[in-house]
Amino acid sequence: MTNLDSGSGPRPGGAAQPLAIELQGLHKSFGSVEAVKGINLNVAAGEVVAFLGPNGAGKTTTIDVILGLSQPTAGQVSVFGMQPRQAISRGLVSAVMQTGGLLKDLTVEETARYTASLFAHTRPVAEVLQRAGISDIADRRVGKCSGGEQQRLRFAMALLSDPELLILDEPTTGMDVEGRRSFWGAIRHDTAEGRTVLFATHYLEEADAYADRIILLRHGLIVADGTSSEVKAMAAGRTVRATMTGADEATLRALPGADSVEVRGDTVLIHSNDSDAVARYLLTSTRARDLEIVARGLEDAFIALTSDDTDDNMTSTGASR
Amino acid sequence: MSTGSLAAPDLTTRRAPGLGGFNLTVLRLEIRRLLRNRRTVLFTMVLPVFFFLAFGLNSAYANEPDGHGNVSAFVMISLALYGAVLATTSGGAMVSIERSAGWSRQLRLTPLSPAAYIVTKMLTALVLGLSSMTAVYVVGGITGKPTMPVYLWVITALCVWIGSLIFAAYGLFMGYLLPTENVMQILSFTLVLFAFASGLFVPLNQFPKLFQQIAQYTPLYGLNQLVHAPFLGGSLHLAWVANAVIWLAIFAGGAAWRMHKDTARV
Repeated sequence: MTNLDSGSGPRPGGAAQPLAIELQGLHKSFGSVEAVKGINLNVAAGEVVAFLGPNGAGKTTTIDVILGLSQPTAGQVSVFGMQPRQAISRGLVSAVMQTGGLLKDLTVEETARYTASLFAHTRPVAEVLQRAGISDIADRRVGKCSGGEQQRLRFAMALLSDPELLILDEPTTGMDVEGRRSFWGAIRHDTAEGRTVLFATHYLEEADAYADRIILLRHGLIVADGTSSEVKAMAAGRTVRATMTGADEATLRALPGADSVEVRGDTVLIHSNDSDAVARYLLTSTRARDLEIVARGLEDAFIALTSDDTDDNMTSTGASR
Repeated sequence: MSTGSLAAPDLTTRRAPGLGGFNLTVLRLEIRRLLRNRRTVLFTMVLPVFFFLAFGLNSAYANEPDGHGNVSAFVMISLALYGAVLATTSGGAMVSIERSAGWSRQLRLTPLSPAAYIVTKMLTALVLGLSSMTAVYVVGGITGKPTMPVYLWVITALCVWIGSLIFAAYGLFMGYLLPTENVMQILSFTLVLFAFASGLFVPLNQFPKLFQQIAQYTPLYGLNQLVHAPFLGGSLHLAWVANAVIWLAIFAGGAAWRMHKDTARV
């Protein structure tokens, strides 16, 4: 069920190109709490990557380390082959945070002009405000802007330095469906130019719709990493459950389309794209009984991959929102 | 959304800005923000003026010579200094609001260096110090009670204004250190203590010996002696300068250090 291949995903040509993000053995602890427990991750330039996981999975902690906002307890981090801080001072990386980061007493235009003045190289403020769709509220005080407008302003600020890597930390939290759609429309329009994007989300459909590659995090570790279609394939198919004594795992694994087999005492769980074939085999060639066939949605795949085995933990995952 | 073949990002053309990101656009915007906060601007002008009107104008002071003028002028310089340091401290302490808004964290995602930011904020706070100092001097001039040569009006005013920079750094440091809700209450209280310990409200020789000895090392002591020195004449003590410079370094360094560390999410 787990696909630990952190190097997958589309790679652009040019092998000499430094990786946009490279994490090696990343650990981060806060006191006795280990938020990130050893993450290895390579993101090539031009990839659009989703960090998917429930609250507390380590998404934001990892992002903070990539942005140089916190130091790893152990491990290496490099962004375009540089220290995060170097990449930031060159305007190569920018980020859209979930909340905060704005001054209420400045106007939208002043905030953008303030931010732009700090970089050596920027795009024109007016152009960026227009791209973010907030030209018409340029003179409005930030404190009087709606949540969605403030988020577009954060997006505009992140675009000012024309970054090669854009990091979005749960950028649509608290937005309604329409707000999310139009925010992602703006991002999609923007990333068509080949920018590398890493975004954290706990909205499954966002990861599915906007990422080339989905990385599932759980308890500070990567539990799955693949293209969105690979993750979808993981979630496709059905689980066949049967009671069966003396099951031979190896034989079951060889069944058509079986991608995961689990034997728990007398219970056998087989996940397969061809559940009919599995069921037919079990009923005709083995002594299996009490057969159950259950479809698993993307949502369930997410929960299965990112939550604990106990049912009560499922309700605490972000996916249940 | 995969784009297939991609042009390699040209990393070589990217550079960091000079001066750690310090620039006049930010300074102008920061001053504009500050002046939008009319309540603070008015408060830091009205309070020292009120003190001056209450304590600096009695006829005994106006008739009693002191230094190169009269006692009224001495009191005016003292209260202008009190107003200016109250103003720059308040100006600096406004970072606590930015901190709670996550703005300092946002700035850590730009090339702006903590040192450049602290310098910008200190210069911004100086505008507030200027308005407070000017208010006291203008009211002093209108009442006609303080007397000293014109050049001393100018020199002492400049000393007060520039010296208040130390407390801009103090406000910044404390603004990063203390919780937002009560930062100004704590700072107003400490300023009153510093003012007493510097001999600004009451001459130090009226306090016990031990208090006087400790007082010499407090942050407002050196500055208070320095701003009165041109008026009183007499020699300049190196200890005063050292006091002022060392406290400035501690406060500004502390502020830059805290800003560097301030990456907490809000």
